[in-house]
Amino acid sequence: MKVRKLLMVIAVAASLVFLAGQVMAEPITINWWHAMKGARGKVVDNMIKAFNDSQSDYVVVGTYKGNYDETVNAGVAAYRAKKQPHLLQSFEVGTQTMMLSGAIYPVYKLMKDEGYNINWKGYLQPVLSYYMNANGDLMSMPFNSSTPVMYYNVDLFKKAGIPMLDKTKPVTWDELGKITAKLVKSGVPGGMVTGWQSWTQVENYSAMHNIAFASKANGYEGLDCELLINNPTVVKHVAMLKEWMKDGRFFYGGQKFAGPKAEFLAQNAGVYIDSISGIAKLKKAVKDFKWDVAPMPVESWMKNPQNSIIGGASLWVFKGHDKKDYKGVAAFMKHLGRQDMQIYWHKETGYFPITLAAYEQLKKDGYYKEQPYQEVGIKQLTRKEPTKVSRGLRLGYFIQIRNIINEELELVWNDTKTPQEAMDDAAKRSNQQLREFEKIYQ
Amino acid sequence: MGGKRCFVNSETMIKRSIFSSRTLPYLLILPQIVVTLTFFYWPAVQGLIQSVMRSDPFGQHSTFIWFSNFVTLFTDPLYLKSIGITLFFSMSVATVSISTGLFIATMANRALKAKAVVRTLLIWPYAVAPAISGILWLFLLHPSYGVVALAIKRWFGVDWNPVLRGSDAMFMIIMASAWKQISYNFVFFIAGLQAIPKSLIEAAAIDGASPFRRFWTITVPLLSPTLFFVTVMNIIYSFFETFGVVHMMTQGGPGGATNILVYKVYQDGFIGLNMGGSAAQSIVLMTLIIAVTLFQFKYVEKKVQYAG
Repeated sequence: MKVRKLLMVIAVAASLVFLAGQVMAEPITINWWHAMKGARGKVVDNMIKAFNDSQSDYVVVGTYKGNYDETVNAGVAAYRAKKQPHLLQSFEVGTQTMMLSGAIYPVYKLMKDEGYNINWKGYLQPVLSYYMNANGDLMSMPFNSSTPVMYYNVDLFKKAGIPMLDKTKPVTWDELGKITAKLVKSGVPGGMVTGWQSWTQVENYSAMHNIAFASKANGYEGLDCELLINNPTVVKHVAMLKEWMKDGRFFYGGQKFAGPKAEFLAQNAGVYIDSISGIAKLKKAVKDFKWDVAPMPVESWMKNPQNSIIGGASLWVFKGHDKKDYKGVAAFMKHLGRQDMQIYWHKETGYFPITLAAYEQLKKDGYYKEQPYQEVGIKQLTRKEPTKVSRGLRLGYFIQIRNIINEELELVWNDTKTPQEAMDDAAKRSNQQLREFEKIYQ
Repeated sequence: MGGKRCFVNSETMIKRSIFSSRTLPYLLILPQIVVTLTFFYWPAVQGLIQSVMRSDPFGQHSTFIWFSNFVTLFTDPLYLKSIGITLFFSMSVATVSISTGLFIATMANRALKAKAVVRTLLIWPYAVAPAISGILWLFLLHPSYGVVALAIKRWFGVDWNPVLRGSDAMFMIIMASAWKQISYNFVFFIAGLQAIPKSLIEAAAIDGASPFRRFWTITVPLLSPTLFFVTVMNIIYSFFETFGVVHMMTQGGPGGATNILVYKVYQDGFIGLNMGGSAAQSIVLMTLIIAVTLFQFKYVEKKVQYAG
């Protein structure tokens, strides 16, 4: 009997030790919910794999949760159910909502708490500044960032006798007016189209001309900000585009990118303004003509144009996990910022490398000699130190505001409103949204 | 559980089973009640609570604000416009799909050679999801790559542009939404038509009634229960399920011309993360649909003849 008991005790003890050993050896899982699918999703998986292979304490698990809206909603629902992932990829327009959510662990703080002394000056400032608070502390880690540029059809340009455009010095809007006029005259159905009109023609237009989009430094310095897009310069720009519509120098192809892109591919338009991350898509889709990339046009009075602003998404760290988990999160953040990872990311997806070191290395390697398209965006983004009104936009209910701007612009394009009326209404309606948003956090 | 007693009613010879237990019936309907409460009432109550709150998406700051969300809604001219758009849209969808469905059903009800094949083919579009229907119609009607759009522009010189013009966009989503519902209506109409005794129509024909008169005075009244049911279902469909069509084709544009209520709820709530505002919109939508259905049952149903 005694022997049996003893054996039992030994067995139990042994299994406990074994189990404990298992627990000790089990790496900590870090969940990352993202919105990258297809080719980009594979790149993300490879970056995760590189991290998991490099150490044995943590395992990062990346999960595709749908597009940006769906990913953010999944994050919101998970946080409410206390099942939040460690990392969530959220798009740039959701920055204010995430920042004020009270659900996040600011990245600058995480890195400091975990003992990483990161030289934030070594990052592309116009990218970081979009995700900083008013004190200049980084709230989320920029992940995929792009900026709008101008694509043009080389063949149609040649046919119309238009010289090719410079890759650094932007053309002026007046010059583009002449260019598109020539295009139309040469028989092209339309001159120019633009994707994401609010982002390219209002948000970026304002930044590059150093005009405030909203008061309180574009919302960085207070929730009580108001939209200022009904200023004479922006209204004049909209009026100019409307004027161009009369003779086909500009035409409307839809709010997002699919419509305008289709027009460019069908050679119905010679000039197409869209995100730099469209390069890969165009390379795949364009078969029957040559195209090139140039910086966004600026007004002739703007001698030294400001930086353009970014679009894309960043990684937010959720509160509510164990201290030891965050050690892994910080290590993974560090890994993503590594030079080789950034170079790989940039080469594969076309999104910017976020560190200057990676950019310099790419230049040294002669990458931009082979791929001159890619550098147009970086140069435009970094051509000047960002000012208070060109560093980014920090607005509550920004998604609604973009919708409002899109709607009001459409009402200009279809002759329902004058540019001044539409911009006044856009500002008025957006301000109502801003006031609603402000009330939540009072 | 009590025993079962059987007895035979001597006059009508109907066999009846009576369960003496009082709890058994409740137990039997319990699963249904649990499902209804969890999946219908609980979310509805949550929505109701959310609609009187002002809260951030993460639920960290919530304040009770009475009916402020509703006041904001109804003082917003664009919301009132959206209600108008929705009513126009759903009436149009119902009219187009019911009249076409009825027309096709009447035709298919005649003695055709390949009756079964024709009917099966006509039912197919119903299996297409609204979002797919939207994409299909977009391939026909999109101004830059739609086959039909390009054809009518080139050959007839029609200035068709749903990306820019609200009325064109509205026409486009009505067509795409009504199209797949035609099949649904067709199924019910054909069943209804088959239930109408041939003898009635033949008798009328002998009396010299024209085909149209026979249709109007015999078929339509006898078909009225089906017609009523189909109308209710079509209205509900056009209020809610057409979301996919709008999402694929116009995203509520241009200039908000096709921003129907259910799409606005999605945009403000799901995309824009305005919880209180979109919950209030859902409540309005729910009230509206209850009102429409009640109205139909109370007034329209009285005119419906159920007996053959």
